[in-house]
Formats: sequence, C-alpha cells, structure tokens
Amino acid sequence: MSLLSSPALPLILASVLLPCTARSWRLVVLLGAPLLSLALIWSWPEGAVVNARFLDYQLTLLKSDALSRIFGTIFTIMTFAGAWYGCAQARTVELSAAFVYAGAALGVVFAGDLLSLFIFWEVMALASTTVIWSAGTPASWRASMRYLLMHLFGGVVLMVGVVAWARYSVDLSFASMTQALSAGGGRSFAAWAILAGFLINAGAPPLSAWLPDAYPEASPSGTVFLSAFTTKTAVYVLLRGFPGAEILIWVGLFMACYGIIYALLENDIRRILAYSIINQVGFMVTGIGIGTPLALNGAAAHAFAHIIYKALLLMSAGSVLYMTGRRKCSDLGGLFQSMPVTATCGIIGALSISAFPLTSGFISKSMIAQAAVNQQLAGAWLLLAAASAGVFLHAGIKFPWFVFFQKDSGLRPPDPPLNMTIPMVGYAAACLLLGIFPGSLYRILPFAVDYVPYTGAHVVSQLQLLLFAGLAFFVLLPLMKRTLTISLDFDWFYRRLPVLLWAQLGPPVVGLWSGVVRKSEMMQIRGGEYFRRYYGQRGMARALSTGGLGLTVLSVFAGVLLFYYLR
Amino acid sequence: MKEDRHWLYRPQNLPRLWKWGSILLLLCVAAQWFVKLHAGFGFADWFAFNAVFGFFSCLVMVVFAKWLGGRVKRPQDYYDQAQDQTQQPGAGADQADPPAAGPASSAAGSQPWSRP
Repeated sequence: MSLLSSPALPLILASVLLPCTARSWRLVVLLGAPLLSLALIWSWPEGAVVNARFLDYQLTLLKSDALSRIFGTIFTIMTFAGAWYGCAQARTVELSAAFVYAGAALGVVFAGDLLSLFIFWEVMALASTTVIWSAGTPASWRASMRYLLMHLFGGVVLMVGVVAWARYSVDLSFASMTQALSAGGGRSFAAWAILAGFLINAGAPPLSAWLPDAYPEASPSGTVFLSAFTTKTAVYVLLRGFPGAEILIWVGLFMACYGIIYALLENDIRRILAYSIINQVGFMVTGIGIGTPLALNGAAAHAFAHIIYKALLLMSAGSVLYMTGRRKCSDLGGLFQSMPVTATCGIIGALSISAFPLTSGFISKSMIAQAAVNQQLAGAWLLLAAASAGVFLHAGIKFPWFVFFQKDSGLRPPDPPLNMTIPMVGYAAACLLLGIFPGSLYRILPFAVDYVPYTGAHVVSQLQLLLFAGLAFFVLLPLMKRTLTISLDFDWFYRRLPVLLWAQLGPPVVGLWSGVVRKSEMMQIRGGEYFRRYYGQRGMARALSTGGLGLTVLSVFAGVLLFYYLR
Repeated sequence: MKEDRHWLYRPQNLPRLWKWGSILLLLCVAAQWFVKLHAGFGFADWFAFNAVFGFFSCLVMVVFAKWLGGRVKRPQDYYDQAQDQTQQPGAGADQADPPAAGPASSAAGSQPWSRP
C-alpha cells in the first residue's frame, strides 16, 4: 500500500482534469473518479497504514479502519450523486472545487495524525468557500467571505490545539482525547482547543450561524455538496477524538433544539434545511457524548443516513429553485401537480429525516435514543424525543407542505432535467432500502451491532410521537405564518455590531487619524528642509562640525558598550 | 360542471381529510392496547404518553419560536442596509427599494445557474 492508493487522489486528479475535459467525457470523469475512490477504500485491508517522517514527527498519512471506511464510503457515494446532479448545470469551477472539497474530506477521514488532518481540514475550508463563491451572485460572494472568515478562525483554534498537543503529548497520532480533557495542564488545554476547532465545523453554538448563512447562497448543486462534507467530517473527528465527552451530550441537545426553533422562524426553503442540518448533527453529537458502542454506532449510522436524506431534500429544494427561480415558502405552493417526481422524492426525504418507520432515519436515530435509555439519561431522552417530534414539524411537514402543497401558487414548472432527477430517485430508493434492510448499514458500523430497530414498541411509540407532531402542525398553522424576514443570530456580533460601533467610533477615529496624517505631513516638510540643509547636493554633513560628529560617534559607542555589558 | 382544481384543493374535501387523519391518529394510539411498550423509563410507558408528549412538545416549540421571532426577526435587507452604509457605493441601486425586494428579488435570471 502506498500514497498512490489514497482514496483522495482520484477526486483531486479529477478536479484538475475537469477544466480540460471535453464535454462528452465530462460525465465519465465526474462519475468515474468517485467510483475509483470507493474501490480503493474497500481494497484496503483493515488497519492498513502509510507512515512518513516530517521533521521530528512520525506521521500517519493514511490509516484505514471501520470508522474511516463508513465515512469514506458515504463521502464517495455523495460525490458521485452530487456530481451527477450538477454535471450539466453547475459551473466547471464549482465541480472542480467540489471534488477538491470531497477529496480533502476523504483526506481528513483517512488521516492518522493530527498534522495531516489539519492540512486537509484547511484545504476543505478553502475548497468549500470556492463552492459557495462559484454561485456567482453578489450575495454568494459576501456569504463565502463570512464563511471563510469563520472557518479560518476555526482553523487557527484547531492549529493552536494541535501545536499544544505536539508540545505536551507523546506523539501526534489521532486517537481518543477524551481523557485529556480533564487531565489538567497543557494536555487539557490542547484537547479543549482541538475540541473547539472541531465543534466550529460541526455548527455548534455559539458559532453556528455560518451554516444557514452560507449554504443557501450556493448554487443548487453546490448546496448539495456543502451539506455533506464539512459538518460530517466534524462528526467523524468528534467520533474518533472525543467519544464519551459528557459536554457533547449537552452541546448536541442544544443544537438539536436550536435547529428546530430557527427553522420554524425561517421562510427560505434551503435555509430551513440548513437549520435542520444543525438539528440533525445535534443528534449525532449527543450520541458521541453518550459514548457507548451503541451510541457511537448510532452516531455513525445517523451520519451515513443523514448525508443521503439531507442531500435528497436539498436536491429536491434545488430542483424547485432551479425550475422556478424562487426560494421562499411564501412564493411557492401547489408544485406537486406539475413536479410529481421532485415532490415524491422530497416527501421521502422528509419522512426519512423525521425517522418514520421504513425509512433510513428510523433505523439510525433510534439507536441514539436507545443508548440514552440504556444509560438512564431521562432528560436527554426526553429532549431527543421532543427534538424528533420537532424535526417532523419543521422539516418533515413544513418543507413539503409549503413547497409542494398549501395554497396553490399557480406555478406549473415541469420536473427538472434527467441528470437532476436520476440521482434524486436513486437517493430516495436508498432511503427506503436502508430503512427496510438495516442490516446492510449495520454490517459496516465500527462496533458489532446488537440492536433490533423494528419492534412493535419502537414502531408504535415513534408513530404516536410523529403523527401527533403532525397534528400539532396543522392545528398551529395560523401561528406559523410566513414572514419576509430573517432571524438574528450570533452572526449579528460580526455582521452588525462592527458597523454600529463604527458609526459611533468612526468620526472621532477618523478625526484623530487625519490629525496624525496632517502632523506627519508637516514633519515631513520640516524634515525635508533639515536634510536639504545638512545633506544637500554639495556633499554630506557639510554644516556639522567635526567635534559634533565625534561626540555623536562616541555616544553611540558608549550606548553599545553599556548595552553589551548589561545584557 | 367539472372541477378543474386538484381534489386536495377542493373545499368540500377538507372535512374528509380531517376525518381520515383523525382515524389514523386514533388507530396509532389504540395500537398501544395490543403492543406492550418498554421504553425503559416508567413514565414513557403510560398510555398515549408519546402522543401527548409529541403534541405538547411541538406546541411548546412553536409558541417559543413565535415569542423568539418577535425579538429576533428583522427585515430581509437588514444586513444589506448595514453594508450599504459603510462601503460599496455601487450597491446603492439595491438600496433604492429595500422593502419591495421580497419575492421579486429571487427571480430567475439573477442567478447564473438558473434555468434559461
């Protein structure tokens, strides 16, 4: 095994090839590269490693185990479907950037040490920024810059952690750091900084606003790519780095609830789905915090299932946007009549995210809830149940209802082109197949699975929870009137506060500055006169006496001597 | 006269939809007579606990969101105004009609990738 068999390589090569590929060969490159990556991932024996030395450090550039493999698998499947979905509509720069992005995500997932992980982490930030930016609108440009700012900040926090870890720990290998969180001293500081860096990418509070701010500004296919990699690599690194860290239970539960509340306030269809990414990642983070094999399996399985149904939902929303040019609930409605395939796929995605029995969400999310029961975490279990009901409320019904049903908007666009429809139908089928045959997913989970999702009790309690959440939706519909608004979030502090501060502090600062500039200009003029007098055209230092010069040299000498002895 | 609206949109069908929906809800609660729940917490096995919990947790979330919305909602161009004040003299054109920038602002054609 060598570096050449890295699964990231085919994707990165494809991104270089894409701009110089003829249109007829484009689809071959776009679909062939992810398949090649997938084949490479599964051709590795379990536990295979590629080592290298860098300075004094032993680096593990590639390392394969069950956890890496499940994330690698879903990332390549996602690249395949996303590339197909965007092949005819997306700009080449977007597809190229998306392939670098996916390749870097694979790099993170197969990195065996913190240094190579960090490098891929940063490549991901740059490539994903390019994906957002390539939508080509002024709004996407601004959003991509805010996104980059946040991720570079996260990268710096992570780097501080990695450097501190290199200083205070024996080696840089990437393994569980949960113990170090409470170890005290430098190791503890390093672990907390690394955790914070990871959590920023997961969309954890308080820095979560970047996600619903930036993702909906990308193109339809760009948003599909974005939804899969950044937050899910964060879930992966938390799974490997901080399993059983108790703080993650509470962070995760907050995320699950935050996502719902903000999605309920939102009018933009893709922003609703972006908030629900935070909500769903909250479930996974909670599972990681619980930390038992069942919970970790649940988190990994949920990440796998989530990538598929979230991409499906965003493909469906993207198709609506592409065909109608409208992105707000208040402008849409009644589309099921002319877009039956998009509507059906959207509804299957919505049922999956709500964890309806026979869909992929049910077989993964219920593992996390069961883990909470097994650990007797009643509060966490209740909040997870409430969040499950809330998912149905904000994504399960709200999204399809306002887009495909509710009042008839009179719009009658047809379904999108085949290259967009086929991946949607494929993913919808995958949601159902995973839900009906959970064994196929359970087999590739990191720990042996001893869990049966389909018991009468599970199905009945879940149906009660969800159907009555649905009742609540229709009863409370008048309270959920769509408004043409945005909701303030933590991003207010870096988007509005500086503007307000500048409005207050600006005039005095500008006054002070122009004073300084004026003063320095005057000094320049005077200094010029001085220099012309003593260092003019007729030779250097003509007006200074020899004695004065000697005194100057002597005092400089004295100063140097004094400094030398005092040092 | 033939009704050209889809059956979901015909007013006379609305009570029927509610009736079938209610039957479905009753059925899934009634199922608890036949299926023994064993959630692991005593309270979670009470009759119709999940139904009641599902409904009321949603009620709480919607009411809370409504309350929060009253505090955090702002016009859509809230941040654009802030940007226009400080920089981007070229963005002044957008500023001319901020409230009307609602539905029309997302019209097709403004995005390079939208359908021709």
